[in-house]
Amino acid sequence: MLLAKIVGTVVATRKDERLVSSKLLVVRPMDPSGKPEGHYLVAVDTVNAGVGETVLIVSGSSARMASGLKDCPIDAAIVGVVDQIEVKD
Amino acid sequence: MQLARIIGDIVATIKDPKLSGHRLLVLQPIAPDRSAAGRTLVAVDTTGSGVGEYVFFVRGREAAFPFFPDEPPVDACVVGIVDSTDLAAATESLLVP
Repeated sequence: MLLAKIVGTVVATRKDERLVSSKLLVVRPMDPSGKPEGHYLVAVDTVNAGVGETVLIVSGSSARMASGLKDCPIDAAIVGVVDQIEVKD
Repeated sequence: MQLARIIGDIVATIKDPKLSGHRLLVLQPIAPDRSAAGRTLVAVDTTGSGVGEYVFFVRGREAAFPFFPDEPPVDACVVGIVDSTDLAAATESLLVP
């Protein structure tokens, strides 16, 4: 899984019918210190997260295991809202 | 599978119901000489490992298999704690302390 910050929302009227009523968010992956890392992603929200929150992203075929996303054509899902990151390096 | 060092952990109260009860660890993938190799990631734990330990983890859809028949939405899972690595041609000790 990846840590990411939510930076925006996506509105799409025409989309796959299995994506109807799913919330699409633009996220930017980041490292545990908060530094942006890698490319922006569009992820389906399953935990009612909002812009500015730090979240946990699951990507690849495992994203379909998130609740309510069985057999949906997706490869990134938001599965947790991060409260605290503790890194001892 | 890949080698990694556990560098931290994550607290998330709001999460997918199938993730509850699983520890979330921050991993730094490493090379066999223990230098950092690649981006950090978050993985669930099945081994009871903690911060500072050297582990190996599995990525992708297979990361959910240790929880069978449950299918939690995870794409990285720590599946073993490394006691030592041994490279035939290595000149320095690669034993994990």
